[in-house]
Amino acid sequence: MTQQAPHDDFVVFDRVQKSYDGEILVVKDLNLSIARGEFLTMLGPSGSGKTTCLMMLAGFETATHGDIRLGGNAINNIPPHKRGIGMVFQNYALFPHMTVAENLSFPLEVRNMGKAEREGKITRALDMVQMGAFGGRRPAQLSGGQQQRIALARALVFEPELVLMDEPLGALDKQLRETLQFEITRLAHNLGITVVYVTHDQTEALTMSDRVAVFDDGRIQQLASPDTLYERPENSFVAQFIGENNTLSGTVVELADGKATVRLDSGDVIATTAVNVSAAGDRTLVSVRPERVEYNVERMKPDAFRLQAEVLEFIYMGDIYRTRVRVAGNDDFIIKTRNAPDQRRLKPGETIEIGWLPEDCRALDA
Amino acid sequence: MADVTDATTARRAPTPDDAARLADSDQSGPMLAADGRPLKQSLQRALRREKLRALMLIAPLLLFVLVTFIAPIADMLFRSVENQIVGNTLPRTVEALADWNDDAEELPPEPVFRALFFDLFLAAEAKAHTRLGSRLNYETTGISSLFRSSGRRMDDVAEPFQDVLEQADPQFGDGAFWYRLMTGEGDADTSLLNDQRERLAALTREGMGGDIGFAPSAEIAALLPRAAREYSAFALFTARIDNDVVAEEDPWESVYVALALDLQDGGAERVQSYAGPGADALQAAAANADQLPVVDFREAFIEVDDGWGDRTNWETMKTYSPPFTSGYFLNSVDLQLTADGVEAREENQRIYVMLFQRTMFMSLVITFSCILLGYPVAWLLANLPMRTANLLMILVLLPFWTSLLVRTSAWKVLLQQQGVINDTLVWLGIVSDGGRLALINNQLGTIIAMTHILLPFMILPLYSVMKTIPPTYLRAAKSLGATNWTAFWRVYFPNSVPGIGAGSILVFILSIGYYITPELVGGTTGVFISNRIAYHISSSLNWGLAAALGTILLAAVLALYWVYDRMVGIDNVKLGG
Ligand SMILES: Nc1ncnc2c1ncn2[C@@H]1O[C@H](COP(=O)(O)OP(=O)(O)O)[C@@H](O)[C@H]1O
Ligand SMILES: [Mg+2]
Repeated sequence: MTQQAPHDDFVVFDRVQKSYDGEILVVKDLNLSIARGEFLTMLGPSGSGKTTCLMMLAGFETATHGDIRLGGNAINNIPPHKRGIGMVFQNYALFPHMTVAENLSFPLEVRNMGKAEREGKITRALDMVQMGAFGGRRPAQLSGGQQQRIALARALVFEPELVLMDEPLGALDKQLRETLQFEITRLAHNLGITVVYVTHDQTEALTMSDRVAVFDDGRIQQLASPDTLYERPENSFVAQFIGENNTLSGTVVELADGKATVRLDSGDVIATTAVNVSAAGDRTLVSVRPERVEYNVERMKPDAFRLQAEVLEFIYMGDIYRTRVRVAGNDDFIIKTRNAPDQRRLKPGETIEIGWLPEDCRALDA
Repeated sequence: MADVTDATTARRAPTPDDAARLADSDQSGPMLAADGRPLKQSLQRALRREKLRALMLIAPLLLFVLVTFIAPIADMLFRSVENQIVGNTLPRTVEALADWNDDAEELPPEPVFRALFFDLFLAAEAKAHTRLGSRLNYETTGISSLFRSSGRRMDDVAEPFQDVLEQADPQFGDGAFWYRLMTGEGDADTSLLNDQRERLAALTREGMGGDIGFAPSAEIAALLPRAAREYSAFALFTARIDNDVVAEEDPWESVYVALALDLQDGGAERVQSYAGPGADALQAAAANADQLPVVDFREAFIEVDDGWGDRTNWETMKTYSPPFTSGYFLNSVDLQLTADGVEAREENQRIYVMLFQRTMFMSLVITFSCILLGYPVAWLLANLPMRTANLLMILVLLPFWTSLLVRTSAWKVLLQQQGVINDTLVWLGIVSDGGRLALINNQLGTIIAMTHILLPFMILPLYSVMKTIPPTYLRAAKSLGATNWTAFWRVYFPNSVPGIGAGSILVFILSIGYYITPELVGGTTGVFISNRIAYHISSSLNWGLAAALGTILLAAVLALYWVYDRMVGIDNVKLGG
């Protein structure tokens, strides 16, 4: 996906740094290009600097160092109201003293738009978020989901090319969140706008985005399409942060052709795909996704690597079985298997043989 | 709750179709609780019990508020119309005056003056006549001295009667004889005594109940109604106020006058058939009745003080004789209650309307300057980092921790003609030494000092409202294309209006009743209505007028509150959170 997107670099962060107090860099050397029409998500734990990046782009914080460019022009010195960027906030930030229609009218009024034109645009924007009947209400008379729809309509009504959203669905319940996720992506796609979306919810990031920038500690840890992030995490932070993950620590004994042989701390030697190790002797964390581990010997591929494991816990979850085993000294090794007629149900205390393919097993930084 | 469950389970175990039955039951009739009562009724009962418990919890506080807050206000409202002093002090005169036609160009008739003699005599004994004099003096100057001087000289009016009676029979000079005479024989006239009890209680505000060791006999009361009445008053006063034994005291001169008038008024014939105690003395006096002086009380009073010949004084007494009066309120708005109805006061006596207007106007100016100064400070407080904001908050609160007098005096030092500000201006050459600015002892001084003193009352509510305005509102507005000013004016300001409202109400109401600061720095042009109220309370002692002025002030505040509620909505006022 990344490669297909036409990269005319609509938004560019060029070696941007940010410090609030002159001591700690909250954003460290951020380089990021966002294409026109792209839906890019900044994903990361709380405090990793996502909001700060968004605020620098919106103009509410100034970059301590580096350039931010929008459509080819540096915008460091342009005040927020002249940037023409739409924003959606987590707490909606609807103006409580105005009706829904007045809220939507506000950005048009400050642009000195005529009354008739304004009304047309407001109606269209409200219809777009299926809130056409609510123009006369006050924000306080709407539910959280409805308020966020209005906030969305307000950010879009003046037809910005770029819309920023800072955890817009953070305050909503799961079902509403899923509906709105879908609607936001649909709108963004239909209108062809560029969206920079901030969230700490990985599912949200994976389902909505063209590309995801995983933030940690003020840096982008990996910038890739959702499937790449999941399938081929580039470091152990991303592997841990996105989806469920098993790790085994060990030392690289041999490194060649993108393959690494790793001696686990338990003494077992396994074959892995080398991702983030540089030389023999490096400490490494080997990462395996739970659904790539197999314990049904008949189903195992011939070149699969095998290890002895002891079943600690077996949970029946309907569509899948979730088994916790002890393997190579790790008590928290999870195996997920699909519920199928030929799938055996395990008992705690049982000793089994598990296995996985070297391709599914990535040697990452320790 | 427990018995409800028991009742259901006792009858039969709950079955799954209970719910369905319940759902049906609201179609067939009112929903029933488990004990068979209508559900609504039992709910109300449960709620009532809860409410009662809540009420009991707050009862001490409620009582405290009632006693310390509601009661004084009620007392003030009462005082502003109360005028019982005239009727209490001169009851018979007031009664007699009712028949006097004050349109005619004449003085009141003789019976009025007679009644006045007895009323004033008793009032002078009780030392209540000066109080009444002061009260009526608020309405017509000079009445105070009229009552004071006349009260003292009632004995002179009585003197000729006493001499004649004692010559007729020396027993009349003996207190014990009088006691026997008045006690008489047979049934006592308790209703006469009780009337006098009531009258003296109203006059002296002391308890007059209980046995005083005397009651006039019904026979004597019929023979000598005036004497029996006056002697009863004397007896009550002696027993209850002086705490003496009635029989051992010589009666007042007014009793002799009463006896003389009774004898002249047909009593001389009536006593011929009397055989009770002291009959001999009475008959001797009756025999000499033609020697009793015929006194024209009107002339006697005018001789005592020619103020009694002045119709204005009588008109005032008649106008203010009812127990309730609108006079204080009329005075409060520069009007006057006269015999001819409501009239405007003379030009040079009109001050209250002007004072009310000034108080309102200056309070508005003070409120407005508090908004102007307080808004930016509150904004800073709400938006600065915590540490700096806390420091600033201490500075805002500092005035609260300093004595009001110290603060006001500090303004004196700063603002006076030879004060710091004028000195600095002269030194800078902005004003000449001769043209020093008058910054104090005028309205400007009051406005400056009061704005300073009341500023925290504006800042605090503003701050607490601003604190609740999320900073994202401003950011959202700017991201939507608004300039800083538009974002402030169209988004931030409307959300801070409840704070302005709360602060303004607080400041305005406080300043409208402010007293100390205008007193100290206001000079003559910068004083408020409250200073006038204080004057009437502590100097002129015209509490009725003070109460009326206070009531008007209270009404003005309530009216403003109501107007504000209609315009802004009191729900929009926030003092916090
Ligand atoms: N206005 C500010 N002043 C000082 N520090 C801040 C400010 N805003 C954020 N920070 C700090 O910067 C770091 C990143 O914050 P933020 O960008 O809000 O993270 P995220 O949105 O990823 O949770 C945090 O450690 C936070 O404490
Ligand atoms: Mg954030």
